[in-house]
Amino acid sequence: MTSAVHTAPPPPPEFAVEVDNLTKCFGDFCAVDNLSFTVKHGEVFGLLGPNGAGKSTVIRMLTTLVLPTSGRAAIIGHDIVRGANDVRQAIGVIPQAMTSDMDLSAWENMNIFAKLYGIPREKRRKVIKRLLEEVDLTQWADKPVKMFSGGMRRRLEIARGLVHEPKIFFLDEPTTGLDPVSRVMVWEMLTALKQERDLTIIVTTHYMDEADSLCDRIAIVDHGKLVALDSPLTLKASIPGKNVIEVSFAGIPDGWQQLLESLPEVAEVKAEGLVFRIATHNGPKTTVALMDAAREAEVSVTSLSVQSTTLDDVFVHYTGRQLRDTLQAPSAKESPFIMRR
Amino acid sequence: MLKNSLHRIGAIIERDLRRFRRSPTLMIVSMVMPLVQLVILGYAFGGKIKHVEVGVVDQDHRVPAIQLKEMFNAVAANAQTFDTTSYSDEGKALADLRNGSINALLVIPPEFSRKVQAGMNPRIALVEDNTDQFSSSALSASFTELLTAYNGKALPPRISNAVNLSVVEVYPYVPYIQYLLPGTITLAIFVSAMIGGGIIFIDDKARGLHEGYLTTPLTKFDLILGFNLAGAIKAVLSGLVLATLGSVIAGIPDPLNALRLLRMLVLVAFTALALISMMFLIMVRVSDPLVPRAIFGVLNTVLFFPSGAVYPINAFPPWMKVITTIDPFTYAVHGFKSLILKNTGLMAIGSDLLFLALFTFIAMAAATMLFKRTL
Repeated sequence: MTSAVHTAPPPPPEFAVEVDNLTKCFGDFCAVDNLSFTVKHGEVFGLLGPNGAGKSTVIRMLTTLVLPTSGRAAIIGHDIVRGANDVRQAIGVIPQAMTSDMDLSAWENMNIFAKLYGIPREKRRKVIKRLLEEVDLTQWADKPVKMFSGGMRRRLEIARGLVHEPKIFFLDEPTTGLDPVSRVMVWEMLTALKQERDLTIIVTTHYMDEADSLCDRIAIVDHGKLVALDSPLTLKASIPGKNVIEVSFAGIPDGWQQLLESLPEVAEVKAEGLVFRIATHNGPKTTVALMDAAREAEVSVTSLSVQSTTLDDVFVHYTGRQLRDTLQAPSAKESPFIMRR
Repeated sequence: MLKNSLHRIGAIIERDLRRFRRSPTLMIVSMVMPLVQLVILGYAFGGKIKHVEVGVVDQDHRVPAIQLKEMFNAVAANAQTFDTTSYSDEGKALADLRNGSINALLVIPPEFSRKVQAGMNPRIALVEDNTDQFSSSALSASFTELLTAYNGKALPPRISNAVNLSVVEVYPYVPYIQYLLPGTITLAIFVSAMIGGGIIFIDDKARGLHEGYLTTPLTKFDLILGFNLAGAIKAVLSGLVLATLGSVIAGIPDPLNALRLLRMLVLVAFTALALISMMFLIMVRVSDPLVPRAIFGVLNTVLFFPSGAVYPINAFPPWMKVITTIDPFTYAVHGFKSLILKNTGLMAIGSDLLFLALFTFIAMAAATMLFKRTL
């Protein structure tokens, strides 16, 4: 007597990416400090933060390039340490550095990578042809990459990263160093690629406008810690005021900041020397009151701008405005590569 | 599993060889240096010493002294080992010797002829500038030979009990350029390994190309084998070109002998694998592109000169013989000398091949232990 045992395939994990208390320290310096978040399937997830905040280290841990000091993370249920090889099969990675081979053609670069993923010859040919069409590089397929512009190279890298049809796509500052036209093209292309595929995208960028328009959710990381995580709309609503007035004065009397804080509709005032950023619920009303107060106190206004709250304001609100020119851990540990781009 | 692994290793090798085909300049340059060295060193060290300046002070002026001087002049005119200049003032001659105008001074003393005729152990003096040992040795040898001829005027006894040495040379005369060729081939393989396995490897790492590899399913084994085989193939090409071209330049008889070239291919392959795995071991934890460039000269000196490539190992001090013993160059050079200069088979260089194989295995094992599959 035989009995057939039917075992149903395990249900897909609830989240595409799960990060739980992930930490990476280099000696005494912790680049990533107990970071936790999840990314849903099909989401475009932005990782924002100042230079040295730990974004790239997070990406490198999630893409198995760097081992975490503690904590855990899983990509489609595969642990990034114990199941590293399954993770590598499931992800496509576009690192900060342009890693295409300059001496090889676009086709050769993609073909070599397709071979590294063990894609059979016939499928390889079809996939490469389709991807090169999608990134608009078909006519340059046989040209050496050293003849490509920065934007073309980045598009090639994106196509190369998708050659094995990954589920999760990691992009570490994909538009840094590109001109505005190339930037727009890269993002339009990414949006189109995502719509055609069941793709989860995790991206780091310094361009807030990009993150605002393209990311479903954004995590702001500073000093290796998560300081905010939500949709761009919710994040903008989370900081005081609907408008931001940036104003500078020629000279100010004592107690000037307190006077600004007392103006109608003002939610918050931050001072940087003679420049003040005033978050307000009503930009025009506060501006009129501000000009009256300046005239009365005989204070000259040297510049003034009123704008709606942007992700830039969110970023500055959560991370502050000070420059991050601090020394970090020895670069060889975090990144031994010193000749980037 | 194994099939997938072979595919991935093949992809790494394919990438490297395609780049090599597109941009072969660096590798071609790597062959130029050993070739230039072969020609320059081969002819610089291999020639006979000629035209050494010798001053002659004759304080005797009688017939035997004049006969002796005539012999010197005849040798000077024919063999051209030395040129003679006569001095009447010994002090002036010594001053010229000290300031380098002449290389040696031959003094025929006043009583020379009388002592020759009386059979009273006549002597002449050769005062040498011994700061140049090569020239002074050549002069001493030439004058000793000349005086032997001068003294040998008497008929030898019909039955002699003197022991004579007959020297039989097994191989045809080997000029220095041919002696240098085995070292040059090894050097070409080393330079190729240094550029392919050192400089380009670290440059690729610095440019982030390896980062691209590390996010793919390549295993540690795939990466190490792929990098090493790709480097070894390029080194074999360099070695073969040098072995063939160098044999022609150095005047090796029948330089394109297929059987010998085939044997050399085996030794070139063993040498390439040993040197590329040594290079990989040295570079496995390096990330600064300046390092391979900085150690290139040091490695070249430490490996090339103690190997017996330019001078016999037997002349080395004990501490240098320790380097010689563990230096893979030594075994490669010895093997190439056997194949090229003695035209032996592979059996004759079995111990060299065995050492190179063991060296490869140990270096690869150590590099594998040190290799990190993360950044």
